Amino acid sequence: MTQFLSLLLNGLSLGAIYALIALGFVIIFKASEVVSFTHGSLLLLGAYSIARLSGTLGFLGAVLVGLVITALAAFVVERFIINRLRGAPVISLAIVTIGVDIILLTELIRRIGPDILNVPHPWGGQSVRIGGIGITQNRLVAMVVAGILIVLFFVAFKYSSWGVAMRASAEDGETAALMGIRQGRVSALAWVVAGVLAGVAALFLVGSPTPGVSSAVYATALRAFPAAILGGLDSTGGALVGGLLIGVAESLAAGYQENLLFLGRGFGEVVPYVVMIAVLLVRPSGLFGTKELTRV
Amino acid sequence: MLSIDSLRVTYGGAVEAVRGVTMEVPDGKVVAVLGSNGAGKSTLLRTISGTLRLHRGRVDEGSVRFDGDVLTSRDPGQIVRRGIVQVPEGRRIFGRLTVEENLRAGGMGNRDRAAKAAAHARVHDLFPVLAERSGQRAGLLSGGEQQMLAIGRALMASPKLLLLDEPSLGLAPRVIGQIGEVVAEINRQGTSVLLVEQNATMALGVADLAYVLDVGRVSLSGPAEELARTDEVQRLYLGHGDPAASGPVGRHTRRTLSRWTA
Repeated sequence: MTQFLSLLLNGLSLGAIYALIALGFVIIFKASEVVSFTHGSLLLLGAYSIARLSGTLGFLGAVLVGLVITALAAFVVERFIINRLRGAPVISLAIVTIGVDIILLTELIRRIGPDILNVPHPWGGQSVRIGGIGITQNRLVAMVVAGILIVLFFVAFKYSSWGVAMRASAEDGETAALMGIRQGRVSALAWVVAGVLAGVAALFLVGSPTPGVSSAVYATALRAFPAAILGGLDSTGGALVGGLLIGVAESLAAGYQENLLFLGRGFGEVVPYVVMIAVLLVRPSGLFGTKELTRV
Repeated sequence: MLSIDSLRVTYGGAVEAVRGVTMEVPDGKVVAVLGSNGAGKSTLLRTISGTLRLHRGRVDEGSVRFDGDVLTSRDPGQIVRRGIVQVPEGRRIFGRLTVEENLRAGGMGNRDRAAKAAAHARVHDLFPVLAERSGQRAGLLSGGEQQMLAIGRALMASPKLLLLDEPSLGLAPRVIGQIGEVVAEINRQGTSVLLVEQNATMALGVADLAYVLDVGRVSLSGPAEELARTDEVQRLYLGHGDPAASGPVGRHTRRTLSRWTA
């Protein structure tokens, strides 16, 4: 039972990080109608920047500048590529984002090389025990920070002008334009927010129990895609639930690996995709997705 | 105020939707544009509101000016800020947003806080039902209420000129009468209106001036009352040359509707 609770708590904290990434993915889709595959490399860019800058700027400075760099990169991709291809087929745009992702990823991998860059988290690599349930301090902080950010995000999405503009233009872009809502601005802001969320996720993904920044972080980031898809690509609530679900499933599968040996070792890593396929077979538009995503 | 000069618009470089239209909306007036499907009414409105590009349309010749300012190269946001707002055909309210959020969305192009507050008060005054239902999802409103919301949403931008694209579409005759009264009231409060309609009885009842569009050209134009008496309008839009057809709003709506649904 303790093992189960421990795996559950660790899964939820991992899921909260996935939810941050998936939320960004979903708002980009809502604002720009693009399935953005650049998210994995944006996240790695954030992790790399924080690790490289922490030597000179200190931890806090590195985090702030790292977040700005990630947000700026997302902004540049939106302004100079996505925004200029407005009206192109959805598939072309998705392929374009894969292209951008590969370019950015290749450069980052070249820079990181075979090393594992360390991020000096002030909370270090220790674990804490809460009534026999063990979790690393990093994951605990991650859960709290992600929780706060997610609440802030949902409040802004519901009540701020940006949120109203965003939801209006996601529902009917042409009519939103007729009301004077500037879609370019809504879209650019969505990318910036998504960039910041990815940056925060990066900060925690490279902390304990993960050893540090390496190209393997990219593969971890990719698991947020099934989270977004299974929640429903156009649902922010779905991104949250999907993220948590994937996190818990991955944690449980890894923890009970010994009992699942007939599936082979490392099953935890493929579990997000298995869960996604299972959910989509039952609900093709995801748990909370709108049935019809194309507009007439 | 708004002047359209020998405007020619094509879609995809081939289909000619508007062929040399010249039109004038004087300050403080209601101008009606009548015409059947495919006459170029919607294209005309898209050109004014700057959404033509979203439909792959292009202005080949002529111009649209608003207080002397050329609109044809502006984007929809800039046009809203200059004081022209369109209520789209089929209402197109944001069904998943609440009534209040719809109004907020309508006020996004309005930077002046005081003007926005005044517009909000005016909308609630014109449509008390929107105040009652402010927290409700807009998709749950009835058709007539949705049209009120669509008009209210547009008024949130404090427009000088309101463009209405077939506000009577799919509504019950009694509700069409109410829409006519609302348009007259909005105009009385100082907003000019360009009203595109197939329901000629309602449109000619509230309009000062009217134009009849036929396959992209203006076939008739003049004061609404005079136009209502011409044989062509009587026959095509008001039904069977009935001399009483130019009567007050609502009187013949039922008859007109039955013609369209027949």
